Amino acid sequence: MSNMQPLVTIRGRKDGLVLSLNDKCSYDSLILELKEKLLVDTRDHEGPLIPVRVEAGFRYLTKEQKDEITDIIRSKKKLYVDEFNSHVLSKEECENLLKQTQLTSKTTIVRSGQVLEIEGDLLLIGDVNPGARVIATGSIYVMGSLRGIAHAGKNGNHDAVIAASLMKPTQLRIGEVISRSPDNSNDSKNGQNTMECAFVDPTVKQIAIDRIQSLFKRNKQLARLT
Amino acid sequence: MGEAIVITSGKGGVGKTTTSANIGTVLALQGKKVCLVDTDIGLRNLDVVMGLENRIIYDLVDVADGRCKLNQALIKDKRFDCLTLLPAAQTRDKSAITPEQMKKIIDDLKREYDYIIIDCPAGIEQGYKNAVAGADKAIVVTTPEISSVRDADRIIGLLEQDENLSSPRLIINRIRNHMMKNGDMLEIDEIMNVLAIDLLGIVMDDEAVISATNKGEPIALNPSSKASIAYRNIGRRILGESVPLMALDDKPGFFQRVKKLLGMR
Repeated sequence: MSNMQPLVTIRGRKDGLVLSLNDKCSYDSLILELKEKLLVDTRDHEGPLIPVRVEAGFRYLTKEQKDEITDIIRSKKKLYVDEFNSHVLSKEECENLLKQTQLTSKTTIVRSGQVLEIEGDLLLIGDVNPGARVIATGSIYVMGSLRGIAHAGKNGNHDAVIAASLMKPTQLRIGEVISRSPDNSNDSKNGQNTMECAFVDPTVKQIAIDRIQSLFKRNKQLARLT
Repeated sequence: MGEAIVITSGKGGVGKTTTSANIGTVLALQGKKVCLVDTDIGLRNLDVVMGLENRIIYDLVDVADGRCKLNQALIKDKRFDCLTLLPAAQTRDKSAITPEQMKKIIDDLKREYDYIIIDCPAGIEQGYKNAVAGADKAIVVTTPEISSVRDADRIIGLLEQDENLSSPRLIINRIRNHMMKNGDMLEIDEIMNVLAIDLLGIVMDDEAVISATNKGEPIALNPSSKASIAYRNIGRRILGESVPLMALDDKPGFFQRVKKLLGMR
């Protein structure tokens, strides 16, 4: 055993430790060696906790296995797991990830009382009427009138934006930032032909609305659409 | 095989019953066999508007429960032979009948009649579900008020989800021209922008409608009223004719005034 390559290698870095786990051996022997390795290293560090990055290579670690490894490492006084890194993803995780970046297009009028909820970005060809609600984890683009409620970045993504050909919403939400329309909006004819876009202004953490062209300069991420 | 049309609105008091009575009447005027069905169980009044209340013996719930034959419950109109009414029960509530029973009754009626006009109760609960169960087409009634347009939008959303129904059409009721001109009322274009469905007709607000209703006579029988002409146009559109929308201006032109002076209307 001793002249074989070690299953667990520990390297020090200036921002913490990197723990590389062999991805060819069995999980049980890996755990065994991990416990052994950590037992050997009994120096008592002074100072703050040391973050550990676990490199799992091409091994897929389940939630329970990750928890077990986290517990083993945490049982050492000065170590904690900062992140897991692996080259493999489960199909489900992959699909979720895909969904987050996908642009779903819908051709419909969302009417009062109806809710349209989408994972990722939403391109709606049609209107959102008053009393209706569109929700997306990404950005929302409405090719039509937005008169109801739009909620972009539902899971807290502040980079999400809401764009509409006619911006007349009752409420806009991006992440947990909420804004409502002013109580006296009588300039119905104003801005009829300009497409507008709402985003979170990072300096004041409030939703701002601007012409869509100015946003394009501000947020290069939008270029992903093209 | 006839065609069942449900008249609905979501909000109450926008003129569903009046519209049902008048559409039924104008279709009968055109010689079609028409049956009016009141589904507003517990709050029936289509029979009152038609002036047929005193003729009711059996009602919709009796038919559904099998206490009488369908033909026994049908009431012949006093003006037209080809127009009949199936009244709702007054002593029960909306849960006294199921959508399946309703569908069967409407299917039976479709064999006998050219058009079945279903008067829907307000709301989106059981009563509404009963009313749309047997329908092939839907007409949504709204008034130029924000609350009524909002409810119409909700109803259209529900109707569009029903795959048995073809796309609903809209009637804008109780239009007051001077208020619309001043911008105190929603404009027709504004309503159409939001609801985005086909417009079947517009009906002016007309005091004659109220007096006619109270007499138990549909306004459509009185050809001098603007509302009556509007309903007749709607009837012709249902039959497939293309009739232009009425002009909103109600100020008589010079020519009309001369005609009026000479007593020729």
